[in-house]
Amino acid sequence: MAGIPHDHYEPKTSGEKWLNKRLPILGLAYDTLMIPTPKNLNWMWIWGIVLTFCLVLQIITGIVLAMHYTPHVDEAFASIEHIMRNVNGGYMLRYIHMNGASLFFVAVYAHIFRGLYYGSYKAPREVTWIIGMIIYLAMMGTAFMGYVLPWGQMSFWGATVITGLFGAIPGIGEPIQTWLLGGPAVDNATLNRFFSLHYLLPFVIAGLVAVHIWAFHTTGNNNPTGVEVRRTSKEEAEKDTLPFWPYFVIKDLFALAVIMVVFWAIVGFMPNYLGHPDNYIEANALATPAHIVPEWYFLPFYAILRAITFDVLFLDAKFLGVLAMFGAIAVMALAPWLDTSSVRSGRYRPMFKWWFALLVVDFFVLMWAGAMPAEGLVPTISLIGTIYWFAYFLVVLPLLGVIEKPLPRPATIEEDFAAHYPAKSNAAGTTSDATPAE
Amino acid sequence: MLKKLSLATVAAMGITTSAFAAGGAGKVENIDFSFDGPFGTYDENQLQRGLKVYTEICSACHGLKFVPMRTLTGSGGPNLPEEQMKAYVAEYPVNDEAANQHLYDPVEDEFRALTPTDHFPAVESAGAPDLSLMAKARAGFHGPYGTGINQFFKGMGGAEYVYSLLTGYTGEEKEEAGTILYENTAFPGGWISMAPPLWGDDVEFDDGHSTELEDIAEDLSAFLMWTAEPQLIARKQTGFVAVFFLTVLSVLLYLTNKRIWAKAKGKEE
Repeated sequence: MAGIPHDHYEPKTSGEKWLNKRLPILGLAYDTLMIPTPKNLNWMWIWGIVLTFCLVLQIITGIVLAMHYTPHVDEAFASIEHIMRNVNGGYMLRYIHMNGASLFFVAVYAHIFRGLYYGSYKAPREVTWIIGMIIYLAMMGTAFMGYVLPWGQMSFWGATVITGLFGAIPGIGEPIQTWLLGGPAVDNATLNRFFSLHYLLPFVIAGLVAVHIWAFHTTGNNNPTGVEVRRTSKEEAEKDTLPFWPYFVIKDLFALAVIMVVFWAIVGFMPNYLGHPDNYIEANALATPAHIVPEWYFLPFYAILRAITFDVLFLDAKFLGVLAMFGAIAVMALAPWLDTSSVRSGRYRPMFKWWFALLVVDFFVLMWAGAMPAEGLVPTISLIGTIYWFAYFLVVLPLLGVIEKPLPRPATIEEDFAAHYPAKSNAAGTTSDATPAE
Repeated sequence: MLKKLSLATVAAMGITTSAFAAGGAGKVENIDFSFDGPFGTYDENQLQRGLKVYTEICSACHGLKFVPMRTLTGSGGPNLPEEQMKAYVAEYPVNDEAANQHLYDPVEDEFRALTPTDHFPAVESAGAPDLSLMAKARAGFHGPYGTGINQFFKGMGGAEYVYSLLTGYTGEEKEEAGTILYENTAFPGGWISMAPPLWGDDVEFDDGHSTELEDIAEDLSAFLMWTAEPQLIARKQTGFVAVFFLTVLSVLLYLTNKRIWAKAKGKEE
């Protein structure tokens, strides 16, 4: 695996040999766990483990919640209160599941922006990137449908607004919307299918995650230098890498434990911080909330959706907004082919760094704009933010590769690592500068 | 483009403050409730006083249909003695028969008496909202700068909203489309159709506790926080234990990690 030369599993006991001839599962586990990993990975390479943990956490809490939940418009809201008041530990399960979704998105955004900065999407990792984007889309679908299940005011009106987007597609939009909702409006049929799909999609995601891991275990991990692991001999490969176990497993678990401290502080002490008070009011088709907002993790794309306030030719603003929203994710998925630079890591790209920093700022500005009522300066700011989002992928990435003069890169990962952690013998005074465990 | 965007960012920061300050929402005062902050807990006596205010005044128009009556006993809530809870439940009237058809007994052709496993009855006849979750369905605090992080110390401000509403009547009235509206400084929009429900001295407490308007409004707000979040104390305890042990685990993993990597980083030998 990985194309990186390394030791392979050798069955030792007779029992292992017996099993290995019939099902090489121990070899698979060994190769997966002992995969040679670039030894210079920094703390931005921990999010994969956090994401895997989130998926498992959400599936386990979700399965138990589903045992007590009733997907019916007359009973859904009351069944959530039943979970909160009568089910043993139900309030914890629900608050963990609610906030677990937020942690999932914090981690996925960190993971995606890590990939964008260090050029992890570039050849030969395009397939890993594309699968990642599909996972991200599936996560958004799952989270959106999950938010509808408590059948509060934001559940109902959020569902109404978002499914209404499909109605904006010219000609075929309305039949598609009716088909998605199972009727002319958000109602019991909608709630039932959303529950069914909310239960299904996480397992689809789990399958995609396995393929995602398979893909990057084939190409090997990227790393902060973007310089590939030497594959010419096992000796050289071993100078650039360390086995995943125990080095990266322990490092990732440490990071996960620290993140869990923050997560449990939020669940324990302010579990409704990221929610919306209106969702504690039962859904009412006759009373529209003053201000319909999606969950925080949808806000940047919600801002892009609302940024288009003008018609272009025969296309109306609403449909253009929908195109812009899906387009914003599509251009991100196309990054491997839009980025023309031969240098992988942003660390050695002096101009790219600034444009990337601006993209991160843009992301947060759009998030803020999505939370605000669309009045005053907000639509203008959203529009500027949307233009930059597209410009980054469609103009900046293609152009920079041509005009930018990259900085010199280390020849090997070993060299980069040694520069970070000089051996005591030749640089006794400088070791204390190194960040522990980085 | 860079300049334009940074200008937009600065502008964005500026508006955040004003947008939340204006917001259209009413004025909500902060109260130092006993349940604020990571270590805050409910005050049993206060919840019992609030229960009395709810029973004698609010329950005429507002239901608590999600709250099981048996939960009035047990720690973490009003903690009524079991006998007292049973007596309270047995006497509890069903004001709105239409909204409580599940309590109708067709054999006896009458509404049966409530039992501890029942919820507080729904009351819909007055068109007033159910109060079970009111303290979580309103948020008084969004600061600083709309981040809402002060919730960590102050709570969401739902109980404060209830308090501010109950004490926020100015005495002004107006008639609109046949309904009398009362001016209220906490209610979004400024005019509410609920007549001032509390005036002070509306109830009497056995222990002689103050029945000033502000005091009973505070007691009732605390009680409604409990009906909305009955597991608050257990949740905070779980959170505390989890944070403590995860912190210990983090330290141990940090040390393990440092030790494992020491050799690779040339810090040993």
